[in-house]
Amino acid sequence: MKKVLIGTFIFFSVLIWAGWSFAAETIKLGGWLPMTGAVAAYGQDAWAGIQIAMQMKPNVLGKKVVVVVADTKSDKIEAANAMSRLIEKEKVIAVIGEMISGDTMAGGPIAEKAKIPVVSPTATNPLVTQGKKYVFRVCFIDPVQGDIAAKYAFHTLKAQKAALIVDKSQDYCVGLAKFFRDAFTKLGGKIVAETFCVTEDKDFSAQLSTIKPTHPDIIYAPNYYSPVALFTRQARELGVEALVLSGDGAQADELIQIGGKEVEGVAFTGHFNVKAATTKLAKDFITQFEKKYPNKEPNAFHALAADAYFVLLEAITRAKSTKGEAIRAALATTEKFEAISGKLSIGEDGNAVKPMVINVVKGGKFEYLTTINP
Amino acid sequence: MTFQMFLQQLINGVSLGSLYGLIAIGYTMVYGILRLINFAHGDVLMVGCYFAFYAILIFSLPWYFSFLIAIFLTAVLGIVIDRGAYLPVRKAPRISALITAIGVSFLLENLVLVIFGGRPKAFYRPPLFGKVIEWGDLHFLTLSLWIPFITLVSILLLLLVIYRTRAGMAMRAISRDMETVRLMGVDLNRITSITFALGSALAAAGGILWALKFPQIDPYMGIIPGLKAFVAAVLGGIGNVIGAALGGFLLGLLEIMLVALMPGLGGYKDAFAFLILIGILLFRPVGIMGEKLPD
Repeated sequence: MKKVLIGTFIFFSVLIWAGWSFAAETIKLGGWLPMTGAVAAYGQDAWAGIQIAMQMKPNVLGKKVVVVVADTKSDKIEAANAMSRLIEKEKVIAVIGEMISGDTMAGGPIAEKAKIPVVSPTATNPLVTQGKKYVFRVCFIDPVQGDIAAKYAFHTLKAQKAALIVDKSQDYCVGLAKFFRDAFTKLGGKIVAETFCVTEDKDFSAQLSTIKPTHPDIIYAPNYYSPVALFTRQARELGVEALVLSGDGAQADELIQIGGKEVEGVAFTGHFNVKAATTKLAKDFITQFEKKYPNKEPNAFHALAADAYFVLLEAITRAKSTKGEAIRAALATTEKFEAISGKLSIGEDGNAVKPMVINVVKGGKFEYLTTINP
Repeated sequence: MTFQMFLQQLINGVSLGSLYGLIAIGYTMVYGILRLINFAHGDVLMVGCYFAFYAILIFSLPWYFSFLIAIFLTAVLGIVIDRGAYLPVRKAPRISALITAIGVSFLLENLVLVIFGGRPKAFYRPPLFGKVIEWGDLHFLTLSLWIPFITLVSILLLLLVIYRTRAGMAMRAISRDMETVRLMGVDLNRITSITFALGSALAAAGGILWALKFPQIDPYMGIIPGLKAFVAAVLGGIGNVIGAALGGFLLGLLEIMLVALMPGLGGYKDAFAFLILIGILLFRPVGIMGEKLPD
């Protein structure tokens, strides 16, 4: 009995000692991600991507990197709380996240105040970084995305009339729809119908029945995967045949799983496609990913979350410090980094300057159409 | 708006409205008998959908069989919730039961979240419900005919149970005076169990139809139908089965027509539903069909 007790005592002492020394040797980053809720797929994919990136590059400044995940529940208030928790309780030195614009805007000011750098993988609304010194992103912004979508619709698809469906409760959707509308009308196209919804909506029959008699050539639905899937499905059921064009938010497996064969032909501007990957980092990442998930292809959210991790680590290396100010300064001077999603530089306002791809759903997969360079 | 379009929107509205109605009758029945606002109703609905989803996926059962099993299992879940959560607070003030119901709601959501994960799952839609009927320029799914039909059948069955069986008689008696019913030698716990089993089975049926209409399930999918059903039940006069169905029907129709007539207000559909709730509570708290309560 005594032996067992002593054994247990030693075991726990070693454990505590190991844990303590382990903690002293690590660099702690925050994974500020929507693991549950309306956009859970983004958070879960991002986390899978970050885990692979951590396998590929586990250390920085000679210390092991640890990423603490805080769930934002795809909600603005929860996102702000999660940011406070990461900074105050977990004492992270930098944060990767959030995936969507509204949530990133909710937590941004908290990080700004604490001088903790934040790198968002995929929050594309311009306001996310505007006027903020500590908020960065590794993706393009919506004015560019809306512009390219409008050009693609007008020139390539020869669309003259477009209808819109806008989620009023998401900064991303409102912003992107506006940029598309401006660009499309400037090119000479016409917006024939503009309809609205909110994030929890599942029934779009009323909006679609309003759109139908206006006979648009395309419907622009800059929304997240699950509403785009339900919306497109209901469109086909109601006999609306117009092509659905969407934004980077569409690229989650759920779009195809929920949308079924009805989402065939849905095209969208996006950050990444396996077939468009050219950099060495991308090839390594895809190899590692396919080793871990044999039946899957990495999508934009896997790739950009990993990019955020790599860009952040590269900045920490250059800064040779874990101080917020130093990392911030290094992040702001990121030049021509060979990321998974292409060569990127951090430009004005902490926004990335980088290529964009256009994808289309074909045969139950995200097929690559073309790349547009900045 | 052309007549064509009006008809199309009418079909959309009837389909959505009768679905709200079906979910609302389970809600209202539990309230009518036990005077308990079961805030977990929406989450019971969600669990029912997960049962159906996994019955099809894991046991590869034919859909009709798995739907029946899901309804049965959800009824059992209703009894378990009653025995586990509501029985201990049966004699406590009404507010305790209400808070317990909210607790059960969170428990179910998070339990499903932990077990099945937060990513939405695609729900299988059998061809019987998924065919598109084209009628001139009107398009609708066969499901849009099935929903009102199933709602109607459910109401008739429920009324049959309440007004034509001994258990139903006991239920009606409990809604008047629980203590006296106990003195008459009626097993209260048995009757409340039957009530919850029925209410949960209705929730499961409503949930499965919801998942067929919007073929996606996730742990939080029950919140909105639950709230809409609550509004529908209050609108119709809470406790009144036909009132709830009528309330749901009206709510669905109004929501669709709001978006149809004022597309600019489409983003405020839910706000509109709750505005109706506030209006009803202010001006006619007993609802459309409700009678004045004795207390």
